[in-house]
Amino acid sequence: MVTDTAKPVSVPGTERTASVPGTAPSRIRRLGRALRPGPSPGANGAALYRRWWQPWLWAAPAIICAAVFGVFPFLNTLLLSFTDAKPLGGAASFVGWSNYTRMLDDSDFWLATRNSLLYALIVVPLMVLLPLLLAILVEKNLPGIGFFRSAFYTPVLASSVVVGLSWQWLLADEGLINTSLEKAHLIKDAIPFLSDSWLILFSAMGLTLWKGLGWYMIFYLAALGNVPKELHEAAAMDGAGAVRRFWHITVPGVRQAMMLVGTLTGIGSLRVFTEIYMLGSSTGGPGGADRTLPFYIRDVGLDPLTGNAGYGSAVSVALFLLTLGLTLLAQRLTKEDES
Amino acid sequence: MTSLTTAEAPRKAPRTTGTRRPRRPRLPRWRDYGRPRELIVRYLLLLFVLGITVGPLIWQFLASLKSTSEDVFGANATLLPHDPTLRAYRAVFEQVPVATYIWNSVIVVVLSVTSQLLFSTTAGYMLSKPAWKGRKAVWILLAASMMFPFESIMVSLFLSIRDLGLVDSLVGVWLPGFVAAINVLLMRGAFLAVPRELEDSAMIDGAGEWQRFRHLYLPSAWGAIMVVVINTFIAAWDDFLWPLIVLRSESSMTLTLGLSRLQSSSFGYDQRVVMAGSVISIVPVLVLFFITQRWFYKGVSAGAVKF
Repeated sequence: MVTDTAKPVSVPGTERTASVPGTAPSRIRRLGRALRPGPSPGANGAALYRRWWQPWLWAAPAIICAAVFGVFPFLNTLLLSFTDAKPLGGAASFVGWSNYTRMLDDSDFWLATRNSLLYALIVVPLMVLLPLLLAILVEKNLPGIGFFRSAFYTPVLASSVVVGLSWQWLLADEGLINTSLEKAHLIKDAIPFLSDSWLILFSAMGLTLWKGLGWYMIFYLAALGNVPKELHEAAAMDGAGAVRRFWHITVPGVRQAMMLVGTLTGIGSLRVFTEIYMLGSSTGGPGGADRTLPFYIRDVGLDPLTGNAGYGSAVSVALFLLTLGLTLLAQRLTKEDES
Repeated sequence: MTSLTTAEAPRKAPRTTGTRRPRRPRLPRWRDYGRPRELIVRYLLLLFVLGITVGPLIWQFLASLKSTSEDVFGANATLLPHDPTLRAYRAVFEQVPVATYIWNSVIVVVLSVTSQLLFSTTAGYMLSKPAWKGRKAVWILLAASMMFPFESIMVSLFLSIRDLGLVDSLVGVWLPGFVAAINVLLMRGAFLAVPRELEDSAMIDGAGEWQRFRHLYLPSAWGAIMVVVINTFIAAWDDFLWPLIVLRSESSMTLTLGLSRLQSSSFGYDQRVVMAGSVISIVPVLVLFFITQRWFYKGVSAGAVKF
C-alpha cells in the first residue's frame, strides 16, 4: 500500500466527495484486494478512500499514550533497576545487579511480599465465594430487589479514601464496633483493630472484600443468567436440597466466571495500597509492618528525601513478576479446567 | 409455581389452548414469589446485607449532621442526630480549602473524560476497520500496555512526569492515563456491531469518513460511550495513589487527597467535619450512578475483557 500512495493517485478530498472509485490502476488493484477474501475479511469500499496514514492519525493519541505511558515506563523500569537514580533528579550511575542483591537481603521487602501474598491468599477465595452467594440472594425477582441490588453496589462507587475514613471510625478503640461489643458485655477492653499489625492487615482485607462485593455480585448475576433454570427444577424434583443444587448445578454453571473473578481479585490483591494507607496510617502500620508491595515501592522509590528510584524500580520488577506469575498460573488452571 | 405445572403435566391430557379465552393479567401476589417462610428468610438476609454494605455509609452521613454537643461515638452516642444541623458542612468549607479540592477534582475529571472520550472513540473506530497496514502492531501495543500493573511502573512514570516539569500539577495527574487501552477496545467492540450495510449506504449518500464516524458510528455506540464516561469519571474522581505521588502543595490537591489529609491533621478530631467532607465526595458519584444505572451494569460485564 505504501507503493500505491507514493504515486499521485487521488485528488485531495476524494474521501469527502466519495465519487465512484476512479480508474487509476492502483485504485483498481486496491479494490481487488479489498474484495478478495483473505487476510482482510469484510473490507468494503470505505477502505479505498482511506490513505495509508489516515488510520494512524486517528489512532495516534491512543498509540502515543500506550507507548509513552504504558510500554516505555516498563522498559524504563527495567533499565532504572540497574541504576541509583533519585526521584528528584540528579546524576544516576549504573550499579549493576546491586539493587537486586540488596532486595534479596532486605527483610522489609520480604515482609511486604509476604503481606501482599497473604492478602491474595485470603481475599481471593472469599471474593470468589461471597459475591456468588450474594448474587444468588438477589437473583430472584422479588418486589424491591432493584433497590437492594443498587444499594449493595454503593460501596463500589465510594472512593477507598472515604470508605477507609468510615471504617476507621467503625474500628477505632472508641468506635462503633468496639463500643457495641462493650455494651453487650462481650469484651472488656477494646479490640485494637487499628494498632495491632495483624488486625490492621485483616481489617484492610475486610475493607477490600466489603468494597468488592457489589462489583463481583454484578459479575455473577450476568453469569447466573446463563445457568439453565430447568436444571434446578429437575434437581429439585429429584429431591436435591438447596446446598446440593448450589454445589452441583450453580457452581459448575458459573465456573468460568469464578475463574475470572479469582484472577482479577488475585491481581487486585497485589495492588492494594489505599486500604493499608487509610487503616494503618501513612507509615503502613506500626513500624511499616503492614506495608504491601506497592506501599513499599512508594516508600523506598519515591520518597523525596531518602528515596532511591533505582531500588524502587527493582522492587517494581519483582511486583510485575509476581503479577505475571499469578496471571500465568490462572491461565493454566483455566485451561486445565476446560479440558 | 413452575414445579406445580410440571408435576401436573403428565396426568392431564395436552390441552388445546386455542379455544380458551386469554385471562386478564393480574397483579402478582406475595404467594407467587414463593413460600412465606422462604420469603421472610430472603428478606431478612437482604436486610442484613444491606446493613453491612450501606450501614457504614449511612452512619457516616448521619454523624455529619450532628452538632458538636453530640458524641459521634462512644458510650453515649446515638445513631440518629437529636438536633440535625448543617454546621459541619459549613465548617468543612470554612476551615479547610474543600472548595479548592473539589475544583481540582473537577478539573481532573473533565480533562480525563474529554480526552478518553475523544481518543478512545477515534482509535476504536479505526481498529474496528479491517484492511489497513499496521493494525496488528497497534493492537499488540495496546494489549501490551495493559499488561503492566500501574503500581509496577509508577516510579518510572513519576520520573517522566518530573522530567516534563509536571510535578505538583493537575496536568501531571491527568496525563499518564489520558486514553486507556481498555476503553479503546470497548469502543472497538461497539463499532464492530454496527452493520456494514449502514456504512455502505452512508457512503453511497456521499458521507465522508468523519461524517460517517460522527453521524453514524457515534450515535450507534451510545451505550459503550456512556460506559467509558462513567468508568472514567469514577476512576478520576476516586483515584488516590497517583495524585498522592504527583501532588505536593495544598492548593493543587484533589478531593480524595485532601480528605485523607484531613484525617491525619488537627481537624481529624472533629469527625463530623471529616464526615461531611466524605459525604460531599460520595454524592456526585451516587447521582451519576442513579442517573446512568442501566448502562452501568453493562459496563461491569464489559470490564470483563480487562485481562
